[in-house]
Amino acid sequence: RPEPAVSTAWLGSPDNRISLWSAGDLGNAGLNGEYHGEPHLLCDIQHNGDVMDMQFLDQERIVVASSTGTVTIFRHHQNNQTLSASHQWEKAHYHVDQDTCSGGAACTGVICNNPEIVTVGEDGRINLFRADQKDAVRIIENADSSTLHAVTFLRTSEILTVNSIGQLKIWDLRQQRNEPSQIFSLAGDRVPLHCVDRHPNQQHIVATGGQDGMLSIWDIRQGTMPVSLLNAHEAEMWEVHFHPSDPDHLFTCSEDGSLWHWDTSSNVSEKPSFLHQGGRSTAYLSHSTINQSVVSAWLSNDPTKDRMEITNLIPNQTLSVNSLDVLGPCLVYGTDAEAIYVNRQLFA
Amino acid sequence: MGLQRSEEELAGKSRKAQLIQVSKNYRSVIRACMEDMHQAAISTRDPALQGQYSTQVSILSAMELIWNLCEILFVEAATAGALLLRLLDWVRLHVCDVDSMVREVLSSESPSKHKLFWNVVDVFVLQGRMDEARHLLSKEASANPTSMNMYKILDDLMKKMPVPSLGNTQTLTELELKWQHWHEECQRYLQDGTFASNPHMESICKILLGDEDAILEKKELMTTWYHFLVTRLLYSHPTVKPMELRFYAQSSMDLFLGGENSPEPLDMILMAAFEFEMHQVIKECSIVLSNWWFVAHLTDLLDHCKLLQSHNLYFGSNMREFLLLEYASGLFSHHSLWQLGVDYFDHCPEFGRVYLELHIERIPLSTEQKALKVLRICEQRQMHEQVRSICKIMAMKALRNNRLGSALSWSIRAKDAAFATLISDRFLKDYCERGCFSDLDLIDNLGPSMLLSDRLTFLGKYREFHRLYGEKRFPEAARLLLTLMTAHIAPCSFWMTLLTDALPLLEQKEVIFSAEQTYELMRCLEDLTAGNPDKQKFQDDDIETTKVEMLRLALARNLARVIVKEGTVEGS
Repeated sequence: RPEPAVSTAWLGSPDNRISLWSAGDLGNAGLNGEYHGEPHLLCDIQHNGDVMDMQFLDQERIVVASSTGTVTIFRHHQNNQTLSASHQWEKAHYHVDQDTCSGGAACTGVICNNPEIVTVGEDGRINLFRADQKDAVRIIENADSSTLHAVTFLRTSEILTVNSIGQLKIWDLRQQRNEPSQIFSLAGDRVPLHCVDRHPNQQHIVATGGQDGMLSIWDIRQGTMPVSLLNAHEAEMWEVHFHPSDPDHLFTCSEDGSLWHWDTSSNVSEKPSFLHQGGRSTAYLSHSTINQSVVSAWLSNDPTKDRMEITNLIPNQTLSVNSLDVLGPCLVYGTDAEAIYVNRQLFA
Repeated sequence: MGLQRSEEELAGKSRKAQLIQVSKNYRSVIRACMEDMHQAAISTRDPALQGQYSTQVSILSAMELIWNLCEILFVEAATAGALLLRLLDWVRLHVCDVDSMVREVLSSESPSKHKLFWNVVDVFVLQGRMDEARHLLSKEASANPTSMNMYKILDDLMKKMPVPSLGNTQTLTELELKWQHWHEECQRYLQDGTFASNPHMESICKILLGDEDAILEKKELMTTWYHFLVTRLLYSHPTVKPMELRFYAQSSMDLFLGGENSPEPLDMILMAAFEFEMHQVIKECSIVLSNWWFVAHLTDLLDHCKLLQSHNLYFGSNMREFLLLEYASGLFSHHSLWQLGVDYFDHCPEFGRVYLELHIERIPLSTEQKALKVLRICEQRQMHEQVRSICKIMAMKALRNNRLGSALSWSIRAKDAAFATLISDRFLKDYCERGCFSDLDLIDNLGPSMLLSDRLTFLGKYREFHRLYGEKRFPEAARLLLTLMTAHIAPCSFWMTLLTDALPLLEQKEVIFSAEQTYELMRCLEDLTAGNPDKQKFQDDDIETTKVEMLRLALARNLARVIVKEGTVEGS
């Protein structure tokens, strides 16, 4: 995503808008080398329905998922600072009701890998779009019998989805069959999973967040159950993100109003590297010989023993933190109190 | 919210400071809104909108005016001495019609030649801004050396004027004495005719003496009766006590309005405040303002200052709670502010919970995420009824949209066994109609939630039977099938299907069912057919009777084989 720009959206008002803000100029250094500006509004545009998810497709375009089931691409015109809707897929997600003909179903998640866009929704459908094509490239109908809450790319042609019966599924988009290539699930109760993110460098490491606030780390090469379960928040975890350039850091935000920063970077120096003989890890799976040079801190046996630092970044929490994003030293999050916060010195 | 939370904290003096801070916060919020409105009013091009915004700005500024006065009189409860200073600040802050004139004169080349010069000096004097008045006068003096003498005397008088100080450095009696002396001195100069040649200066001197007529002459510069009140007090009763305000207020209003204009609602509210009639203030504000925000929050603040006697309104709650409930109910009809409403209800001890229970069920649940938020709120407050009803609504919706997995996940959340049974029946019905299971990903992975309802358990186990069969693990499959029937996990309506499923197992080359098991199966079959002769259940009689006959035949054959097998020496 482009640097200091941040996009936000309003949930739940009949007057929903997509707004583009500049989070203050990071580039301009003042006399003492620092510049702190207030985020200010660059432009905004009306949006139909609640905004469930959004992502930058490229420097100028944003894809927005709506609660009406419509997926829209907005283009940001930098010369005159306006937003315009450049393309829309209506009824990307819909229910077929027995009584009425069909109503929109909320599109709950969108992920982009220019020019491909994948969306998932409450109708259990997975759509694959291309930014320049009018119709969907591929639609997987009834991919899931429950609501798909989030989606992310695993590799260029594989995606991960999480649903409301606690399952993590891998889909191979190259294959024609409408079945997931793999299904993972939690051991105990089928707690709904709300968010998913993949480690930026080591693609077998995946993090998911659940309705009970639990953070699960999975190694998708092995087993069907998570590597570790970390009791985190007291309520639904809405989003989880690995830091894109510094993946020893993970961020989670929750309905309970907190935003946690998980830091395993202190571990790195003490990791055994080559010739790791493996042995049994505590609960869930055994490390067989691992041919990687560095075993990621996320897959280690017991994060609490290995001194993972966890800090809550919000001093006075009140309402839910619905969404967050992180790039470089900058963290942005939005809450139900209709406020956006920008933290520009994350690792200070 | 911060105010509510700080309930148990500091008492005494620091509490008061805290309350004043809270009051100031409220005011700054009002001011911020005013700013935004003002910006909107300037920037919009639509005259109707502009009119609307401007009205809003004036309403907001009236609100801030009232709040500020309440803060001075009630929250801070300023006493004599300090009271006057606060009132002076209040007037200076809020009477700003003259600001543009002041700016104009000050920024002109030679202020003393400006035609509005003396007006500005008068404004300063009326508002008690002595230093600024003297500064301007010095300019006049330097431009006009003939009046140097007069100027010096006036300047001296203004400099020496005793004012109440905040730091408790002088008692009220000291102040009164000093003031008396000063007043007499001014009187002497006036009577000596020192200022006779310059009418402007003379009128200033008269004002300093608190001459009402002189002050009233400057009506347009004061614009409001409360400005007049404060000026009067400044120059005739600087040590005024709070309780004496009412008399001066009433007479000021009468003198100022002079019987031509009748008081407006704002005036009545301010008058009630000067009279320390808090309830009256709140009542008048409620009538005038269209939205409950102002009165609800002001009442709450006053209640925290322990100023409102809690006389119970006839329907049981006190005024603070009543207003908060009204305000919060209003919030609930708003699409996104309902979450704030929850907090308000939480802090209404008597009726808050009931109101919350009623309101929360009526929030439109447009997306699952919103439903989850509402559920979380209910669960945190142990509102189990509401949790169940919301989950049921969501589950029904999901069921209608054929999202069986979602429906199941909602019934798990509510621990609603009855609904889980409903969903399982739906699955089984689908199976009977189509001959295969839909949503295998769900049924195969039920996990411990299977135990939520018997029917669900049956569904899971039945699917497992199919899986075992598919993997050709026949003995296990057979055992499972039998358990399903004998342990009464299977619903009676399904027994026929189960028995029919047993057929291929019976017909296998290998003997799968043991003698015991075969007897069991036969018993089940008899139970099934025995109970049904009088019922009209089997409509298509032929198929059903054929089935039953085939089963009987297969069972008998199996029994024969197994008896032989078990009877022989090598048999297991």
